[in-house]
Amino acid sequence: MPTLTYRDALNQALREEMQRDPNVFLMGEEVGVYQGAYKVSRGLLEEFGPTRVVDTPIAELGFAGIGVGAAMAGLRPVIEFMTWNFAVLALDQIVNSAAKLLYESGGQLPLPIVFRGPNGAALQLGAQHSQAWESWLSHIPGLKVVAPATPADAKGLLKSAIRDNNPVIVLEGEMLYNTKGEVPEGEYVVPIGRADVKREGGDVTLICHSKTVTVALKAAEQLAEHAGASAEVVDLRSLRPLDVDAITTSVTKTNRAVVVEEGWPQCGIGAQVVDVIQRECFDQLDAPVLRVTQADVPMPYNKQLERLAKPSPDKVVAAARRVLYLD
Amino acid sequence: MTTATVQDKKDQAQAELERRMLRQMLLIRRFEEKTAEAYALGKIGGFCHLYIGQEAVAVGSLAALRDDDYVISSYREHGQALARGVSPGAVMAELFGKATGCSKGKGGSMHLFDVGKRFMGGHGIVGGHIPLGAGIGFAIKYQGGDQVCLCYFGEAAVNIGAFHETLNMASVYHLPVIFCCENNRYGMGTAFERVAAVTDVVEHACSYDMAAELVNGMDVLAVHAATQRAVERARAGGHPTLLEVRTYRFMGHSMSDPLHGVYRTKDEVEEQKKRDPISQLALKLTEEGALDQTGLDALDAEMRAEVEQAVKFADESPDPDPAELFTHVVAD
Repeated sequence: MPTLTYRDALNQALREEMQRDPNVFLMGEEVGVYQGAYKVSRGLLEEFGPTRVVDTPIAELGFAGIGVGAAMAGLRPVIEFMTWNFAVLALDQIVNSAAKLLYESGGQLPLPIVFRGPNGAALQLGAQHSQAWESWLSHIPGLKVVAPATPADAKGLLKSAIRDNNPVIVLEGEMLYNTKGEVPEGEYVVPIGRADVKREGGDVTLICHSKTVTVALKAAEQLAEHAGASAEVVDLRSLRPLDVDAITTSVTKTNRAVVVEEGWPQCGIGAQVVDVIQRECFDQLDAPVLRVTQADVPMPYNKQLERLAKPSPDKVVAAARRVLYLD
Repeated sequence: MTTATVQDKKDQAQAELERRMLRQMLLIRRFEEKTAEAYALGKIGGFCHLYIGQEAVAVGSLAALRDDDYVISSYREHGQALARGVSPGAVMAELFGKATGCSKGKGGSMHLFDVGKRFMGGHGIVGGHIPLGAGIGFAIKYQGGDQVCLCYFGEAAVNIGAFHETLNMASVYHLPVIFCCENNRYGMGTAFERVAAVTDVVEHACSYDMAAELVNGMDVLAVHAATQRAVERARAGGHPTLLEVRTYRFMGHSMSDPLHGVYRTKDEVEEQKKRDPISQLALKLTEEGALDQTGLDALDAEMRAEVEQAVKFADESPDPDPAELFTHVVAD
């Protein structure tokens, strides 16, 4: 199986889906001539031309809305945001237009559209460029939200997102674009709504998604090495719909859980997961479920402060040790 | 065919068009009057924005469209839905929240949809649907069609960023869209000139290198002619147009708002009512001998009966089944 970067896996998904369906087009800032701010769209302008790879002005609300309108009239747009931080300017189109058209039209207007781009903090970009938006977006009925952690999942989930007849939010990661992994060639789709066990274990469940999958996997190694504890790492992959079965199956086995995310603690994805666990696994729990999140502050610029603000393997290990009553 | 017969046929077609326009404007007027009554009786809930006074805008502009063209609008869209041919019964049933409504009772007054008629909604956030109109134009161009998208919004939407972002992109991408600004002078209770640095909306087209036209919105024929010119530009080469159609609403902003008071005087409203677009067209047709008072009364009675029928249909229709709560959230 070929090894690809996360960036190239996304590129492959876009290329294959654009070859497969002439109604699929890509629109966003710098996607064409510049080959993508993060080079996810490299080569697509040359292959598909400017009608299908459309450069836009810096006007997120405007081009997100043009995408929604195009989907209303039969196209399957892929709208790239240079980062999800800028997509906040387009939230009206995502929340009020894309997510509601099917319902408020009484089922007349399915809306096949993908909104994608990097989410969460990279390195020292400061408060406005270092935010994780998944809890905002997952709150909205009518949207689907996926957050792939590996190149293979990135390809498979983006392909599913493009084929889906609903608005799908694809949360990528600037720090993930260069990561490598094996990616199946050609037709490879990952169904939306299914979590994936990235490491099996029996003592504690670490529930994570996107960049925090790497954090959890490192924590699991440390737990095995230093505490003799076997951690199971459940990658949610899809945040809406949430794979409740995968969460409960793992927690029923381990009786302990830590939820890790890049977002802030209040009303975070972890809060939702904990709600699922307390309701579905109440009798199986041997310890309170703990959460590791970004510190409840705007992201600082200073390198040391930034490191302190982010979820880290050490923080996950500390939380896991507490739920295992090792400390 | 002699020149005279050609001219006769033209005159006949024009007379027929004018009669149809009068009929549609009357239908909207009577429909909206009945809507106000039903609202007062509690049969219609929520926000409800009437179109009374503005009928010439929807009727004149939509008469310039083909069936395969697209229409999208804001929340003051009952009139446009009716002029587009959405059945009055389905519109009234939607206002009543019934299962037989054009949006199955899930949309309401601000979210009328009939995709079969290419009536792409009723949208409730001021200016939020303007980019959607451009997106429909983008799809038309992408698919190589020669349709147009007619996008209505009020003058207050011109102060919103979405308007400017969209006009810029529609011009850059050469989209076949007609941006029809219905300038009724007031965004709720705020006079446009109090909050707009540029009060001639049409001037904004200069910033986006776009064709534009200022139109008397109380003259249905003027609206029709201007829209026809815009449609030609759009079909010919995907050139968008900004139309500023000056009109006036005879009612309050919504059913919850006063007709006049702190923001405009009763005298002003009364003065504007003298420009009533329906009376003006009726007068023209009677003066030309195309219609007499008896004919006008008969037409009015016919429209009242059609609206009565719509109300009866809405009244007798069932509420949506409780199971409908969870349908249409996501598509298969």
